[in-house]
Amino acid sequence: MIAIVDYDAGNIRSVCNALERLGAEYVLTDDPQTIRTADKVILPGVGNAAEAMASLRSKGLCEVIRNRRKPVLGICVGMQIMCRDSEEGNAQCLGIFDSHVRLFEKTPDIKIPHMGWNTIGNFDSKLLKGLPKGTYVYFVHSYYPTLCPDTIATCKHGDTLFSAALKYECFYGTQFHPEKSGDAGEQILKNFLAL
Amino acid sequence: MVAKRIIPCLDVKDGRVVKGINFEGIKEVGDAVDMGVQYSKDGADELVYLDISASHEGRRTFVDLVGKIAKGINIPFTVGGGIGSLDDASRLLDAGADKISINSAAIADPSLISKIAGKYGNQFVVVAIDAKCIDGQWMCTTHGGRNLTEVELFSWAKKAQDLGAGEILFTSMDHDGTKAGYACEAYARMCSELSIPVIASGGAGSIKDIVDVLTVGKADAALAASIFHYGEIAIPDLKKAIAAEGISVRL
Repeated sequence: MIAIVDYDAGNIRSVCNALERLGAEYVLTDDPQTIRTADKVILPGVGNAAEAMASLRSKGLCEVIRNRRKPVLGICVGMQIMCRDSEEGNAQCLGIFDSHVRLFEKTPDIKIPHMGWNTIGNFDSKLLKGLPKGTYVYFVHSYYPTLCPDTIATCKHGDTLFSAALKYECFYGTQFHPEKSGDAGEQILKNFLAL
Repeated sequence: MVAKRIIPCLDVKDGRVVKGINFEGIKEVGDAVDMGVQYSKDGADELVYLDISASHEGRRTFVDLVGKIAKGINIPFTVGGGIGSLDDASRLLDAGADKISINSAAIADPSLISKIAGKYGNQFVVVAIDAKCIDGQWMCTTHGGRNLTEVELFSWAKKAQDLGAGEILFTSMDHDGTKAGYACEAYARMCSELSIPVIASGGAGSIKDIVDVLTVGKADAALAASIFHYGEIAIPDLKKAIAAEGISVRL
């Protein structure tokens, strides 16, 4: 069974819809026991990292997620709050990935938010299996996770190379939105479900 | 590098996609979900659905439809038409829309932009602007181009950005429906003045027109309706042509 963490983090509906398109069964829940025992957990997220952390904390879910030994997938802000910390609202995060979340620096040649389809590279992971080189995925974000030993895919916006995907033990995260990334995104979700 | 986007626009009336040739001659072209699925298979990067229903009944039907679209398609989509309050935006977000576009209501009350962006983030708010060039000056219009305002286009676009718009969707009413090309000069100016993405709309008649607005016009995305609906341009052909020009595009 798949648990999608329900913690007031924006457009959770689109992750539910993506799983329905794949015919996967899921529950949308904030119940610690369900999240502790689920085969797979997805931590979605759109919005603000500090608020997302506050919401996770108030629901008593931080330790539950950190202590899991079965796959967890964080998406966008859901991934950012699995990093060490975020410049967005100076949030202390879950510290699962050895990455810091920083605001893109404004320069004349880039637009912020980094919004739209961009290519990912250098990936080597079961999560990204079957994706051809130069695959485009859909991003919407103003803050990015820095490169770190957990980086399994990179992306470049302007001069900034950042982590497009991360992995540490059973924890996975994507800065992009697989649920909005067309066929490539569906492949990634299928890969996660097959872990 | 972020790819330039191709965005088919679908006008929806009472749950069906229609195309108005002119104000009287509205023609039905298909089912909103089926068309969206087909466009996403063809390689559209994003979709825009505009509700042109005038009635409350039509508006309710549209919210239900947004739920169905969200279930059916696996690429981002924006919805617009008649959004006048934070509650309207919330209903569409809950139904599954990735972004909303506001137009006349934002001109009437610019704080609507900051209210919606403050709650759901800048990326959720597209400010749509319909403008026409009068004596060399670009002026905004509302209500589908029927009402001319005293708001100047470029200053309004800048203000919308400052209030929290994540993107500007600028339609040139002088070019819309002409199929004679986009208002490239105006887009180039807007793109150089703003730091948020600009979507160009109005005037697409050929592949070259779209290539031009993405290069000369510097637009981040090109939106078109009828040339896609009537199969005049196939999206895969269009994207190949754009890539052949050395423009970064998702194939």
